[in-house]
Amino acid sequence: MQIVIIGNGIAGITAAVSCRKLGNDPITVISSESKYFYSRTALMYIYMGHMRFEDTKPYQDNFWHQNNIELIQDKVTEIDHQNSVLSTKSGGKISYDKLVIATGSKPNIFAWPGVDLQGVFSMYHLHDLEKINSITENCKRAIVVGGGLIGIEIVEMLRSRNIEVTFLVREKNFWDIVLPKEESEMIEKEIRSHGVDLRLSTELASINSDDGKKIHSITTNSGETIPTEVVGIAVGVTPNIDMFKNSAIDVNRGILVDSQLRTNISNVYACGDCCELRNPSNGRRAIEPIWYTGRLMGEVVAKNIYNHELDYNPGVWFNSAKFFNIEYQIYGTVNPKLEENESTIFWRNKEKNKSIRINFDSNSKSVLGFNLFGIRYRHEVCNAWIVNKTHIEDVLQNLKIANFDGEFSSQFENELIDQYNKLYHKNIATKAKRGHDSVLEFFNKILSTK
Amino acid sequence: MSTINYYNKKNQTQLLGLVSGLGGLVLMLASSLSGIADSAIMWTALALMSFGIIIYSIGTYKDKLHGIHNDGVWYMSVSNRSLLAWLLGVIITGFYILLYFKPELLGQGADDMPNTGLVAFFDPLSMFLKGKPASQWFVYGTLYTVAIIGFGFKFILKYRGNRYQTLRTLSVMFFQLGFAFLIPSIMEGFNYPYYDAKNMWPLNYYFFNDRNINGFLSAGNVGLFMLILGLLLIFLISPILTYFYGKRWYCSWVCGCGGLAETAGDPFRHLSSKSTSSWKIERWLIYMVLAFSIIMTVAVVYSNIYNHRYELNLQPIFLVLFVTVIAIISLYFMWVKAGKYFSQHELLKKGVTIAISLILAIIWISYFTKSSNAFFIDSNQLNSIYGFYIGSIFSGVIGVGFYPIMGSRVWCRFGCPMAAILGLQQKFFSRFRITTNGGQCISCGNCSNYCEMGIDVRSYAQRGENIIRSSCVGCGICASVCPRGVLRLETGKLDITDKSKDMSVIKITESGVSLEQ
Ligand SMILES: Cc1cc2nc3c(=O)[nH]c(=O)nc-3n(C[C@H](O)[C@H](O)[C@H](O)COP(=O)(O)OP(=O)(O)OC[C@H]3O[C@@H](n4cnc5c(N)ncnc54)[C@H](O)[C@@H]3O)c2cc1C
Ligand code: SF4
Ligand code: SF4
Repeated sequence: MQIVIIGNGIAGITAAVSCRKLGNDPITVISSESKYFYSRTALMYIYMGHMRFEDTKPYQDNFWHQNNIELIQDKVTEIDHQNSVLSTKSGGKISYDKLVIATGSKPNIFAWPGVDLQGVFSMYHLHDLEKINSITENCKRAIVVGGGLIGIEIVEMLRSRNIEVTFLVREKNFWDIVLPKEESEMIEKEIRSHGVDLRLSTELASINSDDGKKIHSITTNSGETIPTEVVGIAVGVTPNIDMFKNSAIDVNRGILVDSQLRTNISNVYACGDCCELRNPSNGRRAIEPIWYTGRLMGEVVAKNIYNHELDYNPGVWFNSAKFFNIEYQIYGTVNPKLEENESTIFWRNKEKNKSIRINFDSNSKSVLGFNLFGIRYRHEVCNAWIVNKTHIEDVLQNLKIANFDGEFSSQFENELIDQYNKLYHKNIATKAKRGHDSVLEFFNKILSTK
Repeated sequence: MSTINYYNKKNQTQLLGLVSGLGGLVLMLASSLSGIADSAIMWTALALMSFGIIIYSIGTYKDKLHGIHNDGVWYMSVSNRSLLAWLLGVIITGFYILLYFKPELLGQGADDMPNTGLVAFFDPLSMFLKGKPASQWFVYGTLYTVAIIGFGFKFILKYRGNRYQTLRTLSVMFFQLGFAFLIPSIMEGFNYPYYDAKNMWPLNYYFFNDRNINGFLSAGNVGLFMLILGLLLIFLISPILTYFYGKRWYCSWVCGCGGLAETAGDPFRHLSSKSTSSWKIERWLIYMVLAFSIIMTVAVVYSNIYNHRYELNLQPIFLVLFVTVIAIISLYFMWVKAGKYFSQHELLKKGVTIAISLILAIIWISYFTKSSNAFFIDSNQLNSIYGFYIGSIFSGVIGVGFYPIMGSRVWCRFGCPMAAILGLQQKFFSRFRITTNGGQCISCGNCSNYCEMGIDVRSYAQRGENIIRSSCVGCGICASVCPRGVLRLETGKLDITDKSKDMSVIKITESGVSLEQ
């Protein structure tokens, strides 16, 4: 059985590596961007000089040969599903028995006037990074459009080279489609403290140039003109599936897949950013373009190629990011605005760079989600509490078990519990300690009751 | 100006620091070369150097908020193996070569002749501390201490807000200043033998030499105390601490070599090679050095006892029995106590067993044939070969001289026999481990990149596996630089037997993060 995978991002590569664990069939990965898998999430660190490109490759180059996974750098241009053959840009033909499509996303660009000017960039692929490097080489002023996770990374990158940045964010508060107001405000403060001119409720209207080459300014939707040399666009991503639009494969926004990540063609699978679930499981979206889902999907595809008939079930939501110096972790559901029958407790430090939020069901009191800023919590512990619908007071008493901050660091769980006690006139106190011992005890208890 | 140069740009405070530090250095060199030296010049030069580092550090980090400050590391000439790095490497290497092999060029006076040059430059400080003129080792110790204190201050500023980093840096500064520098110097002034309590065998490979032991024995109760403390540290305190905290208690909280690497060497930590071939070389080299140092020490102790060179009434049979007991304990540990773990390393287990048996056999044979040298080699010769190749070339010239090229822990990783012993313990008999936070890793590579020991931390983290590596010195930098909060240094009361269990308790699967049933 020849397994062919298009795309060497986290989804495609996890599929390849997982297939190798399950069998000895020949595996070929074709990707146009780079020969070797690198970590897209580390693009910013290359620009900022924390790492070189080669440091972002999660596997050593000889790994692929050792594991008999063939890598081809080429672009797939056509798929002939009847004969199970791919055509590539360089004129090659590659036949497959099982095909995995993992072509990822591409950055959104809207039709703003001036958007084709040389000084406009987005950040997704390696060649974007090359472009950013060259057009910001002598740059003093930049505009970044789009208040999402990639937008803020671009802002941080540019600030690390002392480029003046005006950051245009459409939302009233930063990332308020995801973050509750208090957290948004913390991040806004953090962004501004790094010398960024943050403009909330502001959209891009046009990018202006006199000679059709060099940008001199942009105009916002309120008519204000701001001088700039370059414009970074980070207004979301879309599945990168243009080449499949005229094929027999069903697509909507992404490549449509069933619960086993199969497309409408039985020997073709799709995973990662490029796919769209026909029936996403409860509370999850049809397209979730993040690293972790790509990794989980890659594993599921591999299992299904080997006939394990496994449904993709991503479990409890989790994610993480970093906003300048503030780390962010989320486990479970924390909506930007409380839904009916959701309650919340929230603690934040005076400097407004650390916070803990726990949401729980107002009726059953079972815990729903954790939102952490500047504080690290253990994935497994939070996950277990959410899955087991643990009572909020039980969680609070044991909250220190979840703390994953370094040794000697201050712990703030008691301050959060004080808030709960005040709010609900209770007298809860912590029972457990931070550290690995408590975690193992915690899990041994769960395992023994199973 | 290209924006990339911004990383290299020095602000006024940094420039002031550079001028002050280099000024101190120039003053020291000028004074040494011209022979015009007095205590005022010496103090001025030392103060200029120390303040230089301090002012430079303040300039570097004062406007930076708490966080990770690795911007531009791979763009700066000094930290990306470019011109400045090579230049620095050559200068440090040159200094070490002079220090070890041509001290007279540094001005070390031969046979009671007065010092000249750089060594004489430090005479006032030496007279002040111990009432004797300086030696090349005193010069070295002074500069070493200034570097650890100065760059330790810089390190603390860089990682301020991170209490683990602050505390362990204060700790190495304290041990260097107190235990390695001030206390021994002052004690020497009172004619006690030089003794740096934290410098243990086998790092301190001359501990069992007759001169060293007799030095203790002839220094009355204080000397006896030093000797007993030294032995306790080697055989009791160190294993206990390693059991509880991992080798980090020594390598990144106490040791002077580690101290220099963590402070002055910090800007070079990312240069360590992460390849699996380096890992292979590392294991070969470090265990070979360990074997060499053990054989050398056993030979030295044997022949010293046999030839009654220790001022002690010891019979060779004591040593023979002692070695036998240690060997039995090691074998018991390897085959019984940790047998499960070694079962995946059959070759290693058999190899080590053969080696231990050979050593034992040779000792017994030497004893019964009444040979005055164990292993039938002249122990003095063995000792001086070790001192030359390992003690000087490896730990000094290469270990520090190559900081800007091969990273800051070359010696600790490839050569240090102490690290080898502690590492074996850490791997098989310690509560220390680094745990991974479920599925949060994004494989970015920061952890691996900034691991000074060249451990590919990411390869474990991205699989959700805990990290238990014998070479890990527990510096905690991987955990600090991780942008997703994935790593934590831990010590738990569950020991070796439970270690494998907790490695497999947590699994990332298609159903999210789950517990293995
Ligand atoms: C700057 C940045 C930061 C991010 N940070 C985070 C983060 O912190 N956390 C997180 O969860 N997610 C993050 N993401 C999102 C995450 O990187 C993506 O969700 C993930 O990389 C998607 O993986 P994938 O394998 O589906 O696709 P991709 O990584 O996009 O890989 C697809 C590959 O397929 C290739 N390809 C496409 N079409 C063809 C073709 N026709 N022929 C051959 N090859 C083709 C592409 O060139 C590409 O190399 C970030 C994304 C970016 C851009
Ligand atoms: S693994 Fe982490 S703690 Fe251990 S030496 Fe490397 S960076 Fe330091
Ligand atoms: S553990 Fe952290 S630093 Fe290391 S690769 Fe994963 S996310 Fe990056």
